[in-house]
Amino acid sequence: MIEGRLRVPGSVKAGEPFEVRVLILHPMENGFRHEADGREIPMHIVNRVACTYGGREVFSVDLGTGISANPYLVFFVRAGQAGELKVEWVDDKGERGSARALVNVA
Amino acid sequence: MWLSALFAAVTVASGIEYQSDAVKAMQADSFGNPGLLWVDRGAELWKQKCTGCHGDVASMKGVAARYPRHSPQLGRVVDLEQRIQACMPGLAWESRDLLGLTALVARQSNGIPISVDVSGPAASTHERGRSLYFERQGQLNLACTNCHDANVGKTLLSEPISQGQPADWPAYRLEWQSLGSLQRRLRACYFGVRAEMPAFGSDDLVALELYLAVRAKGLKASVPGVRR
Repeated sequence: MIEGRLRVPGSVKAGEPFEVRVLILHPMENGFRHEADGREIPMHIVNRVACTYGGREVFSVDLGTGISANPYLVFFVRAGQAGELKVEWVDDKGERGSARALVNVA
Repeated sequence: MWLSALFAAVTVASGIEYQSDAVKAMQADSFGNPGLLWVDRGAELWKQKCTGCHGDVASMKGVAARYPRHSPQLGRVVDLEQRIQACMPGLAWESRDLLGLTALVARQSNGIPISVDVSGPAASTHERGRSLYFERQGQLNLACTNCHDANVGKTLLSEPISQGQPADWPAYRLEWQSLGSLQRRLRACYFGVRAEMPAFGSDDLVALELYLAVRAKGLKASVPGVRR
């Protein structure tokens, strides 16, 4: 499992955008580097991150090799009612990780 | 030169003072500081293995500010990593487990002034560290003091030279894209002056860490730090 952190505000206003922060533990090897003895270091990156709110996808991104290790993403989501926000990520070897948080709507 | 060294040492400034605003913001970010990915692992391990003896990790408050120190049980001066390794044998240097636990424990002393004890059995280690700090070495024939006292604030390969303070370690170094120990950072300096790097856990590195802690007296740490 790929570990990560997720933070949402403690409580949000209905219909107002709120900030979602995601930090993922991953080497993000771009595939262009070599070992000291000349061997290629194969590409190994998280290539997709998706966020669902109440089961519906509200944000997704395809990441490439230009993203540094341990990617830090910040994006905005609007909520009409309280629900569960879930962020999932998957790397090019098919390994997955996820984090979830409950969003309270004031 | 010894005179400028004397003056430079009057006000201790953490390495973060020599970093860009972006790096400062990264270190100050209570969620996005990437070192926290290691701290999370440390907290998990603490819950599994450490609470039995030590209780809540808050009991470690102030401990890191007193390290390296002489351990009566081990009969030598050890740094925080080595003290944790003594508790939990098998944790490898620079492993996520050891770095995570070290950062977690060190974090409890954030904001507490560094103050180490070099009296009694630690005195000879301190003396060794001090002489290493002023000893020229490597193909570039440089001592720590030649950069970190005599040329503080000037530029070396586009980077400002810091005072070489040990606070904020373990720190996330962007060059490494990982958290790393103070010993790893010291080894990088040995590499930089093209000297032979002492092994992790060697007496020389611990002695140097102890001298740096003496030199940093009163400095407040902010673990995990972030550096270029």
